Amino acid sequence: MTPSPAATDRPDTGALRPRPAVRWSAARRSLADRPALTLAGILVLLLAATDAVSPGFVTPHQLSTTLLYAAPLGALAAGQTLAMLTGGIDLSVSATATAAAYLIAGLGAQGTPRALAVALALGLVVGMTNGIGIGIFRVQPLIMTLGMAGVLGGALTLASLTFTNGVPVVPDAVHELGSGTVLGYLPLNTLVWAPLAVVLLVGLARSGLGRAIYAVGDNPLACRLAGVRVWQVLLVTYVLGGVLSAIAGILLVGYTNAADLNLATPYLLQSVAAVVIGGTSILGGSGGYAGTILGALILTVLDSLLTILNVSQAGKQMLYGAIVLGLAWIYARTALVE
Amino acid sequence: MTDPSAPGLEVRRPMAAGRAIRRSAWTVTIVGLLGALLVVEKLVHPALNVFDMQSLVDGALPLCLAAMAQTAVVLSGGIDLSVGPMMSLVNVVSALLMTHATSGQAVLIALGVVAAVVAAGALTGAVIVATGVPDIIVTLATGFVWGGLALHVMPIPGGAAPAGFAALMTGQLGSVPSGLVVIVAALAFLWEPVHRSPAGLALYAVGSNRAAAYLSGVAVGRARVAAYALGGAFAALGGLALTASTTNGNAASGTSYTLTSVAATVLGGVSLVGGRGGMIGPVAAALLLTLINTLLTFEGVDPNFSLVVQGAIVVLVVMVAGLVLVRRRGA
Amino acid sequence: MRRHLTPAMNLLEVRGVSKRYGAVVALRSASLTVAPAEVHALLGANGAGKSTLVKILTGVIRPDAGTIEMGGRPVHLTSPASAPGAGLAAVFQDPSLVPDLTVRQNLRLTGADSAAVRRWLAAMDLRVDEDDLVGDLPLPLLRMLDLARALAREPRLLILDEITAALPADLVERVFLVIRQWREHGRSVLFISHRLVEVRTICDRATVLRDGADVGTLTLAERTEQHIVALMLGPMATSDDAPCPVGPDTGPQPEAAAPDRASAASEARLLLEARGLAMSGALRGVSFSLRAGEILGIAALEGQGQDALFDCLAGNRRADAGEIRVAGRVLAPRSPYDAIRAGVVLVPADRAHALLPQRSARENIALPLYNRATRWGLIDLRGEGTRAGAAIARLAIDTRAQRQVRRMSGGNQQKVVVARWVAAGFRVVLCFDPTRGIDVGTKRQIHRLLRDLAGAGAAVLLFTSELPEIALVCDRVLALYEGRIVHELPAQAADEATLLRLVHGLVREEPVG
Ligand SMILES: Nc1ncnc2c1ncn2[C@@H]1O[C@H](COP(=O)(O)OP(=O)(O)OP(=O)(O)O)[C@@H](O)[C@H]1O
Ligand SMILES: [Mg+2]
Repeated sequence: MTPSPAATDRPDTGALRPRPAVRWSAARRSLADRPALTLAGILVLLLAATDAVSPGFVTPHQLSTTLLYAAPLGALAAGQTLAMLTGGIDLSVSATATAAAYLIAGLGAQGTPRALAVALALGLVVGMTNGIGIGIFRVQPLIMTLGMAGVLGGALTLASLTFTNGVPVVPDAVHELGSGTVLGYLPLNTLVWAPLAVVLLVGLARSGLGRAIYAVGDNPLACRLAGVRVWQVLLVTYVLGGVLSAIAGILLVGYTNAADLNLATPYLLQSVAAVVIGGTSILGGSGGYAGTILGALILTVLDSLLTILNVSQAGKQMLYGAIVLGLAWIYARTALVE
Repeated sequence: MTDPSAPGLEVRRPMAAGRAIRRSAWTVTIVGLLGALLVVEKLVHPALNVFDMQSLVDGALPLCLAAMAQTAVVLSGGIDLSVGPMMSLVNVVSALLMTHATSGQAVLIALGVVAAVVAAGALTGAVIVATGVPDIIVTLATGFVWGGLALHVMPIPGGAAPAGFAALMTGQLGSVPSGLVVIVAALAFLWEPVHRSPAGLALYAVGSNRAAAYLSGVAVGRARVAAYALGGAFAALGGLALTASTTNGNAASGTSYTLTSVAATVLGGVSLVGGRGGMIGPVAAALLLTLINTLLTFEGVDPNFSLVVQGAIVVLVVMVAGLVLVRRRGA
Repeated sequence: MRRHLTPAMNLLEVRGVSKRYGAVVALRSASLTVAPAEVHALLGANGAGKSTLVKILTGVIRPDAGTIEMGGRPVHLTSPASAPGAGLAAVFQDPSLVPDLTVRQNLRLTGADSAAVRRWLAAMDLRVDEDDLVGDLPLPLLRMLDLARALAREPRLLILDEITAALPADLVERVFLVIRQWREHGRSVLFISHRLVEVRTICDRATVLRDGADVGTLTLAERTEQHIVALMLGPMATSDDAPCPVGPDTGPQPEAAAPDRASAASEARLLLEARGLAMSGALRGVSFSLRAGEILGIAALEGQGQDALFDCLAGNRRADAGEIRVAGRVLAPRSPYDAIRAGVVLVPADRAHALLPQRSARENIALPLYNRATRWGLIDLRGEGTRAGAAIARLAIDTRAQRQVRRMSGGNQQKVVVARWVAAGFRVVLCFDPTRGIDVGTKRQIHRLLRDLAGAGAAVLLFTSELPEIALVCDRVLALYEGRIVHELPAQAADEATLLRLVHGLVREEPVG
């Protein structure tokens, strides 16, 4: 309906090209139908590149480490995906994760189940507050969650002063969950992530809530006229986001075995990057968690690649940016053909 | 058939002034809030003096400029997640180049830096337009690149800026903080000319409805590139303000400005979807955000707690103002 | 340039233009010629490719193949900005004014000569405050502004893509006035409309597109509507639309159907009652009742309170005073959700307010099925598919571009909105101009659908900007003027002339009987 403007609107001369080109454009079209396929291809390419740079990278052990690294990001980016699908954004995911990690370390001495319950409850409360602000009081998601991140960050710093009275310990069970493996190679945290992923994938594609989430992101007005109560959808979305962030925090603190104030901070931009690389529109209404999973894996492998290349922190950041851009461009060329 | 009283076609005509105020209701609210807060501050602390004003403006200057950079891009329907890293990069590069410079040379260096950043902004815009990759991804990526470059240029804080240059942005001009002069000058000489020109109109148009703008014959790509170039000019000034206020370079100095600039932009009444809002609101919002912080510090509040309060206040302001506006629109 | 044009020479010559979007062929091969001083109609069913051709002519998109000549010279446009230079200006199907700018700024944006625009507006007897935000203006006025802006460019060929679809009768007249003037000045117009009556009134010749190719050019005065419709819909459509004989645009005879439907309806139970509905400035005490099986028409010019009436019945806005009853129970909806639960559903004026542009036709249709938290569990995909499929089949929706509704042609998008409620079920449907921008074939399908729905016991409240439609589908009609119902009459008595008087508020002068 709406024409794509100027420079992006290249004439599609597919019909005039000789046969091989037609086949190529057909291939592109089938890729466009399954954007996840393109991303998976990129992931394989990256793995191959890493293996070429550091022969023997693609081993069960290394792949297992990759999964181990990717799981917290995957969980964090899950909340981000939901928020973005509704046309919002959640900038409090990393603060929530850090807060949950702190609670685990601070309350660890009082029993693991209790610490876990409190950490998850925190995620729930944070998400609920976000959801109420965004859904009922119509605060822009960006402002609401940024404010929430500020509140959480400040509160954590204050609380961290009191925590030093006791000895913060990460319970062994959580540590095991965050860094251990079973059957030799399968990381335990993947066993948390995988079921979550399945629930999200199925839920988004096949549940009424999933439909409502996409619909709200696509056109909230149409939802209202169709009788969808938008505030309820937003509330549930951000509650889920809060809980998922808390889970990510638990996995993260299990891995590092110690909580610090900036534990999850670097993951904020990464969660956004994983979602957008995964093809979810920040304007809402299209995309999904499959892309995000691949986005998280791609970012993780990319990180390993850069570590292996042994470039400086500065060079690593620059390459990271350049590669993200390059990937997005390839992706846009194949997946977004109009 | 040509009934002149064809109803529905005459749009009810409120008084022009009233309409102008209603259209910028949000900006007026934020500016009013800022004024009110200043008055409260004056009442609580009658000792508030020019020096305090000065420190407020100095503290707010980088955020004000970052918010302007963000606003220019957001108005055109984009978003720039590279504002913060770009400010870091400008900070370290200028501090490095100015280490042994005289004030005069420093000004030339500053001009050169601004020109380079404008070019970098235009390049970012061109990449977005040419590749069709969404703004948020491209600027996220360029943000990584700028941040990495900054770290490469200056792995540990260093460099310097001549006092004369520092005074230019954070000193005093007569009895007015020169930061205020910088803000006003940026508004008057960078924003207003664009805002009033056809290019400014095109910028709003592509932000408001890109398809309609294209159908109206607007060169959509060019307008988007221009928005990023303009944003680059403001971001460069923001980075220079960091150099002037700290008189050294630090590759992490700008990091926090990416998100706070977006917050100030939104708080300043600019629609994140694009096309709606102005430049005064975000500047006022940036001052407001800084003022809240300063006030809390004056009150002897633990700086960490003031972070909590600031977050809560921002959310509350948006919530209350939003409710009021919604209520009024409903009536 | 004009001097190159001998009368025999064509102004516009389009040959073999094609365009495809991925797997969707929007235009197969379209050819078209427009003579100087001619009003030429471009006809075709929804999705035939009319708008695509317009976009190609104006440089919005580039064709895959084919040539375009203006006055004997080839034109290669690269963007809409270059169209005026070639002597072309268009009013597009979707408004092309920027909503967040004022009228004045919009004119400046295009470099339009604002004095000329003002002159044209004055010529059409319209007053616009140039400091108004475009987003605050009513749609019909926007269309007229778009038209004035295009006229101000002084194009040799003016292209009007369904400009009249959203216009009330009086404004259509003003558009025609301008078109006639334009032709008298020796210039041409390419006119697109689904209203054949309009086409016959104003156009000289017509080119018919079907499935992306031109299937004939004809002189309108020489052909019957039957012939034109058959050409547009193709041999297939005429045969399987059997229950609805292909007749003139006025379709099956209302006299045959209406009376006994009306009498049956008078005994049926009341489904919707409104008493003294009022809303500041828009509605001043509207009362009526609607029975099961009845189709009640609302006739009104633009801006007489019909939007407010539909909005408050649908729960989208709240009335200041008055009462709504659905099947005897008081309904005071706080949101559309409440109205929908009570069985009152809305097909809004602007389909952009009802559709999820990036989602599939099926998801759009199924949306109301998931509107409460108790239905947020797993979806019965099979059941959903059957329901949505049945609705798609019932409305004969062209599913070629169904993966994203925004890619579907305007008419098909409109059908998706209606299909949604057919799939979800309802007691009362409020249809606000449901046939806006819909082709003749589809229009009949929708008329028949409305009658079927009423026949199955539903109640229909129908506002239409196309007055002849009222006698065709409705049982009764209410004339709304300045927020009041000024008259009620049975649909058989509602010929266009009578209605036109009523909607202008001329009740007194009405001859009795
Ligand atoms: N951007 C696009 N991507 C994919 N398909 C498209 C796109 N634009 C148009 N189409 C398809 O091209 C066909 C022709 O569309 P077009 O809008 O030209 O029809 P139309 O004749 O103007 O119909 P209507 O009377 O409903 O406005 C339709 O099948 C439509 O789905
Ligand atoms: Mg069309």
